[in-house]
Amino acid sequence: MAFKIFKPGKELTVQQQITRRTVLSFMVLSLFAVLGYFTWTWLYHQPELPGPRGGVQKPLRQVLEANEKIFNKAFSGNHLAKTFPVEMAAKKVRVNGNIGLTNDNDTANWQLHVVRNPGDTLLVSLSEIKKLPKTEVVFDFKCVEGWSQVTRWAGVRYRDFAAFCHLDTTLNYVGFTTPDGEYYVGIDMPSAMHPQTLLCYEMNGQPLPMNQGYPLRMIIPVKYGIKSLKRIGTIYLSSEKPKDYWAERGYDYYAGL
Amino acid sequence: MIWSGLLIYWANDVYRLGWGDTTVMKFFPDSFYKALSLSFGLAKGMAFHFVFMWLFTLNGVLYVLYTIISGEWRLLLPARKSFREAFLVVLYDLKIRKTAPLFKKYNAAQRIAYSAIILMGVGSVITGLAIYKPVQFNWLCALCGGYEAARMEHFILVHGYCFFFLIHIAQVIKAGWNNFRAMVAGFEVENETPVLSSKTELKQNNGL
Repeated sequence: MAFKIFKPGKELTVQQQITRRTVLSFMVLSLFAVLGYFTWTWLYHQPELPGPRGGVQKPLRQVLEANEKIFNKAFSGNHLAKTFPVEMAAKKVRVNGNIGLTNDNDTANWQLHVVRNPGDTLLVSLSEIKKLPKTEVVFDFKCVEGWSQVTRWAGVRYRDFAAFCHLDTTLNYVGFTTPDGEYYVGIDMPSAMHPQTLLCYEMNGQPLPMNQGYPLRMIIPVKYGIKSLKRIGTIYLSSEKPKDYWAERGYDYYAGL
Repeated sequence: MIWSGLLIYWANDVYRLGWGDTTVMKFFPDSFYKALSLSFGLAKGMAFHFVFMWLFTLNGVLYVLYTIISGEWRLLLPARKSFREAFLVVLYDLKIRKTAPLFKKYNAAQRIAYSAIILMGVGSVITGLAIYKPVQFNWLCALCGGYEAARMEHFILVHGYCFFFLIHIAQVIKAGWNNFRAMVAGFEVENETPVLSSKTELKQNNGL
């Protein structure tokens, strides 16, 4: 690409050539700079979509959803989050959020509401859940903020629970909300059915502490921690995206790892 | 890319330079976040980061393809002698040596720097993917030494870019207008002087 202009004899012509090409090149450069600036301003001021697709400029949301489609091709129920020996699990488990835990302390009368169909709600007690096959997972819990911690959890796999309750596993999504309805997440079915996805009632071999969502919480190692809802009140099935607390605030809905 | 990365990093800014309890420098001081308005922007940062990652990768792929197709790679990849010569170039730039080795278009230090930046780009994509999908690409995550290590490597690479950028800008300013025009317009003006020494000197000054 490097052009070399040697002096061919006529001083002025060369100088003119140099000037012309320099001016032209710098005009193109400026054009790109201006174009870049306006593209950026346009993008930054784009409106948001409503609901779980909101919280962030529409084009960005659309790319996040395209990313989901692309990287979903790499998703497999056989890809497991790395597990660790029990000794490596943290004794002091980080508590990072209490949204949905502050209003409702009547955990003694807690029952899980499982909405199989509109008008067909199953009530399941903790003791019934504990009778189901127990699965333990020690994995590196990853927060969207960037920290991670090896922690130990036990409970029933969602897929086992779904079989027990005869839940439809052909729908696209499963929704979870806290008893007070303040925190809520939506999980795509393949991730819910992942063999490490738990409805969890034990941490470090003990019943869940209150601040970890006693009596029952989500543990979903194929997602960031924002999806591991504490204190499940209701589970429901949906073909559309269920509402999602952090997605409404601009985070990726999928949040898959 | 770096801006959105900083918005993300702010949410868990654990890195520091130091040993034991002694901290030489914290990444980053509060004033830094304040000056650049980087606080409370995690969602925004992630959204932009996961859009720009495509531009970053595409840009890198197109550039490398261009250098291959145009044959420019011959001038950009370090030769065997480049590593020794690069040292001499640095000494020359620091005004410790009076002369620098002769070169065509890019000197030895440039060849190394311009090739290293491509490797760093590849490194950023690999470590980025390892952090982005540590379960689906767990082999990649393991290759980086684990999730935490991948995050740190991703972070350190950014400092490499900043270092490259600073040296690059300083050298462009030092090399002057003719060189800057060459970067933008793609041609270089050389005075045809019969004296060999002055021509060589010109060429050295042009090179960046």
